Amino acid sequence: MAISASSLTRWRRTALRLPRGGGQTNLRILLRGLILPLLLLLLWELGSRAGLLPPNKYSSPSAVFREMWELAASGELAGHILITLYRVFLGFVAGTAAATVLGSLTGYSKLIRELLDPTIQALRNVPSIAWVPLFIVWLGIYETSKITLIAVGVFFPVYLNLMSGIQSVDRKLVEVGRMYRLSGFRLVQRVLLPATLPSYLVGLRSGLGLGWMFVVASELMGASRGLGYLLIDGQMTGRVQVVIGSIVLFAILGKLTDVALARLSQRFAGWQDSYKSTETGDRDAAR
Amino acid sequence: MLRVDQVSKRFEGDVAALHGISLDVARGEIVSLVGTSGCGKSTLLRIVGGLDFPSLGQVWIDDEAVRAPRPEIGIVFQEPRLMPWLNVADNVKFGLEGFPRALRDELAAEAIHKVGLEAFAGALPKQLSGGMAQRVAIARALVTRPQILLLDEPFSALDAFTRTKLQDHLLTIWAETRPTMLFVTHDVEEALALSDRVIVMRGQPGRIHRDYAIDLDRPRQRSSAQFQTLKERILGDLDLGPES
Repeated sequence: MAISASSLTRWRRTALRLPRGGGQTNLRILLRGLILPLLLLLLWELGSRAGLLPPNKYSSPSAVFREMWELAASGELAGHILITLYRVFLGFVAGTAAATVLGSLTGYSKLIRELLDPTIQALRNVPSIAWVPLFIVWLGIYETSKITLIAVGVFFPVYLNLMSGIQSVDRKLVEVGRMYRLSGFRLVQRVLLPATLPSYLVGLRSGLGLGWMFVVASELMGASRGLGYLLIDGQMTGRVQVVIGSIVLFAILGKLTDVALARLSQRFAGWQDSYKSTETGDRDAAR
Repeated sequence: MLRVDQVSKRFEGDVAALHGISLDVARGEIVSLVGTSGCGKSTLLRIVGGLDFPSLGQVWIDDEAVRAPRPEIGIVFQEPRLMPWLNVADNVKFGLEGFPRALRDELAAEAIHKVGLEAFAGALPKQLSGGMAQRVAIARALVTRPQILLLDEPFSALDAFTRTKLQDHLLTIWAETRPTMLFVTHDVEEALALSDRVIVMRGQPGRIHRDYAIDLDRPRQRSSAQFQTLKERILGDLDLGPES
């Protein structure tokens, strides 16, 4: 049976339209993702208003909002947020810098890898919180020990992803570089660096995630400012709405910084042809 | 212009790949190397391209020994091997490092035109079909205007229709500047359709078994009696026989 020309054209149009209309679809996905949290918020609010949830334990969305609003209005909240951001940022930069240097060396040179990697891998197996007492003894209870702890957390995922990224660069692409007589620095710049970038960016994203984890740990263990301190302070003073509000703020800040890095990945590693990259691409668009 | 002189190759672990290969290719000649897999034909091509080194013997281009990749040689591999982060135009320009920008743009535009991909100059490799990607690889090899073009089973991963089209296309490109071409393939019909000479390699380590001069007019009629007779003889050389 022959396919008529007109039905073929119609089919082509439909086929072409599918990948488009993205804006609407993404909005729909976004809204779908909001259904559950909004429903839970509503039930929570209704539950506490009806007296089903004791307010000293569960608070309520409106109470949390009111409390955080007051903290924000007094300017106190901004101070906590800024100091936490400052710690995460410095720890992230320091951890990333160390990981970039060491990961490049161990990825590029077999000799250096055999010398250093076993030790680094062994240190990786120390649960990072276990460093806390040592860092406090060595570096005191102020900023240095906190930032060092965060840097340690950031270091390992960045290091691992960079090293394995360099090692798994397609030998065949490197050979194309050789074919055009590129060597040393030029080969790194034209082939190895761009080929490694995607896994490096994945490392940065998981490193940042751990950075947020460790900032909480470091602030829980002794701080007079920061969102982690606010958590503990809320617990000590029996203000559960502060505890919940801080957790929500952590979620928002962590998400925002991750989205920023994800955008960066999309920009610099969007050339990847893999299921994973299209998947995160769609998710990013939905945010 | 291209002379392979008594080249032997042993890999680590003492695996012999090539034994005493000698071959002369004239300027502008198209020579195919055919053979079953494992006969070392790709290794020979890599040695000619300066990507591998012979254990014994030497490759010469116009009385200069090949010891490393050389600018007058362009290579097309079995896979396109495009840099996935560069678009088509930038991939083609990859081999033009050190050239002034204007010249780079001009040479790239010319090479992209030769393979008919003007409309895709800004596309990323992931957006290309297999045949298109391989055309980009050909453009990348052509962009430096090489005197020698080495092709290592460049069409073997493509479907039969695209393959035939690209074979014709390659001949058109060749007719313009007449580079010397060394073409590795396991497809006897492809070798016959393209080449002035078909060299049959056999054995392990590989040796040259036979060297056929193909005196058929181009474009070649694949269905002609002479073409078919040659095809059967070469298949016989490879112990593949007719209809197998």
